[in-house]
Amino acid sequence: MSGDPTTRDTSQSTALSHLTRSPAGILLTLLTLICAALWFFPIYWALITSLRSDQATVQEFGLLPTEPTLSGYIFSIVNSELPIWYLNSTITSVSVTVLVVFMSACTGFAISQLRFPGRMLLWWTILASFMVPITALIVNHFIIIAGVGLLNTHIGMILPMLLSPVTVIVYKQFFDGLPKEFREAAVMDGATELQVFLRVFLPMNWGVTTALAIITFIGAWNSFLWPFLVAQDEKMMTVTVGVSAVQDAYGVAYGRVLAGAVLASLPVALAYLFFQRRVTQAITLSAGIKG
Amino acid sequence: MLRNRRSDLVVAYLLTAPFILIYAWLFVWPVIQMVMLTFTDAPLIGAGKSVGLANYTRMFKDPIFFKAIWNTSYFVLLTVIPGTAVALGIALMVSRLGGWLQSAVLAAFFLPYILPVTVVYVIWDWLTNVQFGMLQSVLEWVTGRPVNLWRAIPWFMPSVAVITIWWTNGFSILLFLAGLRNIPKDLYEAAALDGATRWQMFSRITWPLIWPITVLCLTIQLILQLKIFDQVYLFATGGRTQATMVLVQYIYEQAFQKNSSGYAATIALALFVIVVVFSVLQFQLLRIRGQK
Repeated sequence: MSGDPTTRDTSQSTALSHLTRSPAGILLTLLTLICAALWFFPIYWALITSLRSDQATVQEFGLLPTEPTLSGYIFSIVNSELPIWYLNSTITSVSVTVLVVFMSACTGFAISQLRFPGRMLLWWTILASFMVPITALIVNHFIIIAGVGLLNTHIGMILPMLLSPVTVIVYKQFFDGLPKEFREAAVMDGATELQVFLRVFLPMNWGVTTALAIITFIGAWNSFLWPFLVAQDEKMMTVTVGVSAVQDAYGVAYGRVLAGAVLASLPVALAYLFFQRRVTQAITLSAGIKG
Repeated sequence: MLRNRRSDLVVAYLLTAPFILIYAWLFVWPVIQMVMLTFTDAPLIGAGKSVGLANYTRMFKDPIFFKAIWNTSYFVLLTVIPGTAVALGIALMVSRLGGWLQSAVLAAFFLPYILPVTVVYVIWDWLTNVQFGMLQSVLEWVTGRPVNLWRAIPWFMPSVAVITIWWTNGFSILLFLAGLRNIPKDLYEAAALDGATRWQMFSRITWPLIWPITVLCLTIQLILQLKIFDQVYLFATGGRTQATMVLVQYIYEQAFQKNSSGYAATIALALFVIVVVFSVLQFQLLRIRGQK
């Protein structure tokens, strides 16, 4: 490549500036901002409503609450099972995240770097499971989990959520992309394969691991159908399932319902806002394109 | 040397054992069990007796099964292409911006994607509430009277589709943005020097170069939306669910409400086959493109 990057940047900005600085460009930016505001409006409206009293939700339609109150939040924390649901969600999502990431890293490394009988069979099974709808297996998952007496337990909830072929595929491809010299050098120094994996390969991709962990956590926190089937009494529900349960119970008391909804989405929203770049990375990686 | 090789094998099996156990138990076995169940009249819990192909003949004569196929296809039609087009539009708008403004605008468009489906449900249930919903004023302006979207059959699927696009579009937007970033800036620069218009730049540079990502988004969306359940189930609660039945919902209903997992497994197998056919088509499509 010729020329240093800085000069190329300036020439580009002069050549393209008429497109961004022109009246049409400003108009387009304005349009973008309006679209973004409209797109975000449902979330904004939910936040505002959650700060209104039951009375105010059906009487006020202003963009800001006249008398903001936390009564909806206090109500849903004190008068519903929300704290227990939170605990259930945390236990299952954290366990699923740790187990999925750990098992996928191990499996991805083995398939990528080691040669063992059954390796290709394993790889094809993973690719196959990536293509089939896991949702179609819910009835059988229910029968199997009921068969071992794990319905209505955390373990029963966690187990089927461990099927995550994409994470293995991403790890395998990542390990494939690393130069073979790393492994050879470590083996020459007398390291065992296990040491190579733990000391050389894993530390080299903390970025990928964090990205996959965050997206797995968000997915587990948000999953609905399976936790909804497994949790047979209210005390075993996750927050995601619980939110729709209070919706049925409270009817039109939308202030409370939405306060619960805000609390339910808080962990995933924060995870996204703090790790925006990692979430983007995880999504582009899982779709198989380089970001 | 030989000892070393054997210890490598031990490590390989040690590393893959937990994964293989889980996969054998919760993927391979359920697939086999599902196929076996389709030949029985098993209830949800407990064994059934063999009924041959009765479940299949029943399925091909079942109007609700075809209703579910139709509704699922209708939903796919309403979400996949429109959703991908909207995502491309948004990505084009966002990619023009820079710095903190881009991050903020992208966050506004992406945030819905990370919300739990039940939260999406309560947010929109409130917005569309017949008495107090914010959107009813818009609807009233269009139709002249408030509409209960979730009880009026013609409104149901399009409304769920709009909400689904709002909810899941963040994924496609990110893929398009990554694709747009990979287009070399020099191309636009050269085009600008040649006096190309904005439309020419889009149709001659952006569109052909972004096409592979478009195909990727379309197929990912297609396979995702064929499995629609959560939103339809939540919004249809208390309504006439048969009219808005989708495939996964029918599996759920047969197994958990009608206690007939033999028939549920047959419908599940149908969904299974449909998705696998589309996945294989996608795979072939990508391979053909890769060979060119």
